[in-house]
Amino acid sequence: MKYTIGEPIRDTKAPEGPIEDRWDKRRFSAKLVNPANKRKLTVIVVGTGLAGGSAAATLGELGYQVKSFCYQDSPRRAHSIAAQGGINAAKNYRGDGDSIYRLFYDTVKGGDFRARESNVYRLAQVSVNIIDQAVAQGVPFAREYGGLLDTRSFGGAQVSRTFYARGQTGQQLLLGAYQALERQIAAGTVEMHTRHEMLDVVVSGGRARGVIVRDLVSGEIETHLADAVVLATGGYGNVFFLSTNAKGCNTTAIWRAHRRGAYFGNPCYTQIHPTCIPVSGDYQSKLTLMSESLRNDGRVWVPLRKGDDRAPGDIPEDERDYYLERIYPAFGNLVPRDIASRAAKNVCDEGRGVGPGGLGVYLDFADAIARLGREAVEKKYGNLFEMYERITGEDPYTRPMRIYPAVHYTMGGLWVDYDLQSTVPGLFVIGEANFSDHGANRLGASALMQGLADGYFVLPTTVGDYLAGGPFGEVDQADVDEAIGQVNGKIGRLLSVNGTRTADSYHRELGKLMWDYCGMERTEESLRKALERIPELREEFWNNVKVPGDGEGLNQALERAGRVADFFDLAELMCLDALHRTESCGGHFRAESQTEDGEALRDDENFAYVAAWEYGPEGPVLHKERLEYEYVKMSQRSYK
Amino acid sequence: MAVTGAMLVLFLIGHMIGNAKLFLGKESFNAYAEWLRTVGEPALPARTLLTLTEIVLAAAVILHMWAAVTLARRAAKARPVKYATKKKSQANGYVVHTMRYGGVIVVLFVVWHLLDLTFGVVNPEGFAATPYDRVVAGFQPSRWWVTAFYVAALVMVGLHLRHGLWSAFQTLGLVGGRNRRLLNAGAAVFSALLILGFLAVPIAVTIGAVK
Amino acid sequence: MNLTLKVWRQNGPADSGRMVTYQVTDVSPDMSFLEMLDVLNERLILEGDDPVAFDHDCREGICGMCGMVINGVAHGEQKATTTCQLHMRHFEDGATVTIEPWRAAPFPVVKDLVVDRGAFDRIIQAGGFISVPAGSAPDAHSVPVKKDDADAAFDAATCIGCGACVAACPNGSASLFTAAKITHLGLLPQGGPERDSRVVSMVEQMDAEGFGGCTNTGECTAVCPKGISLDVIAQMNRDYLKAAK
Ligand SMILES: Cc1cc2nc3c(=O)[nH]c(=O)nc-3n(C[C@H](O)[C@H](O)[C@H](O)COP(=O)(O)OP(=O)(O)OC[C@H]3O[C@@H](n4cnc5c(N)ncnc54)[C@H](O)[C@@H]3O)c2cc1C
Ligand code: HEM
Ligand code: HEM
Ligand code: SF4
Ligand code: F3S
Ligand code: FES
Repeated sequence: MKYTIGEPIRDTKAPEGPIEDRWDKRRFSAKLVNPANKRKLTVIVVGTGLAGGSAAATLGELGYQVKSFCYQDSPRRAHSIAAQGGINAAKNYRGDGDSIYRLFYDTVKGGDFRARESNVYRLAQVSVNIIDQAVAQGVPFAREYGGLLDTRSFGGAQVSRTFYARGQTGQQLLLGAYQALERQIAAGTVEMHTRHEMLDVVVSGGRARGVIVRDLVSGEIETHLADAVVLATGGYGNVFFLSTNAKGCNTTAIWRAHRRGAYFGNPCYTQIHPTCIPVSGDYQSKLTLMSESLRNDGRVWVPLRKGDDRAPGDIPEDERDYYLERIYPAFGNLVPRDIASRAAKNVCDEGRGVGPGGLGVYLDFADAIARLGREAVEKKYGNLFEMYERITGEDPYTRPMRIYPAVHYTMGGLWVDYDLQSTVPGLFVIGEANFSDHGANRLGASALMQGLADGYFVLPTTVGDYLAGGPFGEVDQADVDEAIGQVNGKIGRLLSVNGTRTADSYHRELGKLMWDYCGMERTEESLRKALERIPELREEFWNNVKVPGDGEGLNQALERAGRVADFFDLAELMCLDALHRTESCGGHFRAESQTEDGEALRDDENFAYVAAWEYGPEGPVLHKERLEYEYVKMSQRSYK
Repeated sequence: MAVTGAMLVLFLIGHMIGNAKLFLGKESFNAYAEWLRTVGEPALPARTLLTLTEIVLAAAVILHMWAAVTLARRAAKARPVKYATKKKSQANGYVVHTMRYGGVIVVLFVVWHLLDLTFGVVNPEGFAATPYDRVVAGFQPSRWWVTAFYVAALVMVGLHLRHGLWSAFQTLGLVGGRNRRLLNAGAAVFSALLILGFLAVPIAVTIGAVK
Repeated sequence: MNLTLKVWRQNGPADSGRMVTYQVTDVSPDMSFLEMLDVLNERLILEGDDPVAFDHDCREGICGMCGMVINGVAHGEQKATTTCQLHMRHFEDGATVTIEPWRAAPFPVVKDLVVDRGAFDRIIQAGGFISVPAGSAPDAHSVPVKKDDADAAFDAATCIGCGACVAACPNGSASLFTAAKITHLGLLPQGGPERDSRVVSMVEQMDAEGFGGCTNTGECTAVCPKGISLDVIAQMNRDYLKAAK
């Protein structure tokens, strides 16, 4: 696939001056809309996860006319509900030396110096307000006996700044946002459209002015017009078919926006989580995350010998390879996510993996049980062991768990400026759907923070500034008709192929291909292979897919086929992005670029930029946004 | 439901204790029956207490039944299409599902019971006899089937109360946390005692312990 | 394993629906229930049939989207388990499995096993929230909460809104769902100011949606994937009696 280099991006609209003052400055300079006018302005928010739910509720409260959309039957079911671990905030309630500056620092470093300083600093500042907001809404965070909030440390941070609600932090935060949203629905400021899937953006007069959606129940194609459009449609990890994401997670909304002119930032940045329950067979439909905390007491190993298929208990101690402890004696089983993931892949590639298909490693609690007693282990991890047993039917108290890495999060997404506005004026992108604050790698417990920061605090200010520049005039009907034509055309095409394979089977094949060639480890060769194979498979898809039924009424197979079609296009751009970035950084590991110890080796001289891809009829156009670091000095990460 | 149910329960407690006087002999029991009719005289007209009880009871039963019917109708409306599979109870077993027809059986019993012991219509001794004689005659060994009927009906009452009692507490919001188990056990013990108390009389008569 | 499935098929709200029998072969015991249905659907699509519509999303027991009545029990007979977390190893080879949608008038069938649970959202709209505009909240530590209260509120807050309680209740009552939210918010000091108005309007909305009344049969809590306790219903009743006074 050919691409061209376009103009670099010079201005991200971040204010100048000391970093601590930038967000205040921006807030002050933002124009306000007077209350009487707000009622006449419509904002569309697609997505009801932490980002979209909080944004729609807040905009409604401010007095705008909001139209909210999600594909589930209720806004409460957005994928954010599945987040387990927690949410970071620089509250320093522990007095352990945390501060906004430290959270900012950790996040920039954790992102392997591929995130913007101004954005990350703002995120750290706003994190404090998120906790206040959530607690006031009744989010039942864990508390201590004194009645104050409990925190824990998470993902490499040296301070205890992660607020949590048992293993269900995402659920509780989302219910808070959902309830705020329902309150606005009752108040009449938000009009909710559930079971509606957004299929295109209406761009008219150079601005985003609405969306085309399909009512999933009636099958009707509807047009909704507005003065601004916000996309909060989540991540695209499902391009790999198997991931920890919910089944419905898709790229359709942002991909359609990309086709209409929004740049796509860093599409290749993907996070792989090391402790997931491995695939058990070809029918597997998704992967389940097991909390990382298990690595505190479990020991990771594989048989020393290739193809050793004895039961784990029958393999004597001296025929086991505790490879993490061997390779990383200092960190042992606690090396960071990307390192642990890659090491597991390496031993499995050597043919030493365990379980069905040889894609798994043991996480063994025998030592911990011997040392602490079964009861203590049960107390700490009981619910996780139960979940494991439920899924695999194996008892982790007597037989080591099997784990394997899985796709978990996508740091890439639509490019946005400091105001969270994409390159299409009036089109804002928030939450996991944008590329913004995590750089090349996301730290645990910071996605929830980012989604809520965007939705509750940042977007409401910046959308107001944009809308104050209106009114933007009538929407040209020709633009609407063109978008509807596109949507109907695609649906019609999918339904008319009537081939011999299901969309799911193509998705599975695409996912496997992406995992093998553009997964945990990428090489020039593998990426070139992928770039060759994807168009072939896409071609086959469009000529041989079978989608039953018609466009009228509920047709889940049709929904899926539409999403798979867009995944094909996105997959290609991901591989291209991964191929052009010949350095390794964070979640993007190019085998050609590693240190002697096998760690990611950045190339700051050539790649300290955001890759923002523009959709072009002659192939993508790459715009580079240079990243400057004034406050945190760029350095190499090390875990030995 | 809970309030009317509770009133019925209160009556039952009193009624059981009253019945127990039967063991104290004929005079005592008849005197009690007499007292029931004359208490408060001459300040109050005859049968004031009894009539009041009867009115309250009748009202409670009607309201209770009305509430039960309303609930049942709402339930039917809330599930117009039934499940094809017979649902398996996942909860405390079948007792909780006997409330509706169990209640109807109890009422049928009360009708019979009134005809029997209050109006004496179906009682060998008839209306003219003293209450004591009616009871004793009613449960003669030869009339074992009456006793059997009472036993069956009382077990039904017991089951109804077994669930109904704690259910009333739940409906009134008086249960919570640790109390729940205690209350549940309490309801079981209470219903059992009450029913045993009631059963003592007919059984005693049938086996000839009371003549 | 091989199974005989009897599945409820209904084209839409207007269709009266019927049970249809399918054979599925080569079911792996490690499959989840939904994966078994995926396999059936793949086959139906290739055979030119209409695949069975069912709701699902997270497939890990937290979004509350999935739900079907399996052999007469909401979410199947495994305790504290959503349909997506139910695995085929709990079924016997050769067994017949019946699959029906949630049945309740306020949950009309959209298609096959998919029902419309919008009534739950409307119950929340009636008062299942704490009114606090973004940006106006005081510091999180300004109001300490007793750990017991926080824990109890949390227990109630774990409800995933799946609707199994309604499906299982012989009266088609939504009491467990509604009471869970009332209890969650009512136990926290933050929820105090709106406690009375909340319980009254939510209960009224629940009744207006056409759900049945609760007669404390406890089937709901027995199938609830999150094990929400009947205590929440007692709490709701208590709050209601107090507020309605
Ligand atoms: C298993 C798991 C555990 C996690 N744990 C943590 C954690 O502990 N801490 C942390 O910080 N992060 C965690 N994350 C990451 C975090 O949960 C997500 O990044 C975050 O919730 C994304 O929120 P969002 O609002 O951007 O999007 P989502 O919550 O994904 O919401 C997307 C919304 O968009 C809608 N939508 C999507 N496409 C369309 C369309 N085409 N038309 C209409 N609507 C559409 C959906 O209906 C949905 O409402 C975890 C992620 C996973 C998978
Ligand atoms: C036609 C006759 C009857 C019917 C249909 C009937 C039905 C019911 C039903 C359905 C309930 C459950 C309601 C709930 O839990 O809220 C109930 C509860 C109860 N019933 Fe009855 N019943 C009848 C007669 C009686 C009698 C005669 C008594 C007393 C002797 C009685 C005592 C109770 C009590 C104490 C409760 C618990 C109240 C509550 O939980 O709110 N019932 N009844
Ligand atoms: C086996 C046990 C019982 C015995 C021996 C018994 C006996 C009697 C007697 C002798 C009377 C007449 C009293 C009088 O006329 O002064 C009476 C009245 C009555 N009994 Fe029972 N009874 C029994 C159980 C019950 C039960 C279980 C119920 C209700 C569920 C019940 C409900 C009534 C009622 C409603 C009256 C009429 C009271 C009145 O007129 O005020 N009885 N009973
Ligand atoms: S109370 Fe339980 S069964 Fe009912 S909706 Fe909530 S989680 Fe589902
Ligand atoms: S099953 Fe129904 S009757 Fe009440 S206790 Fe549960 S709502
Ligand atoms: S699919 Fe989310 S709970 Fe089952």
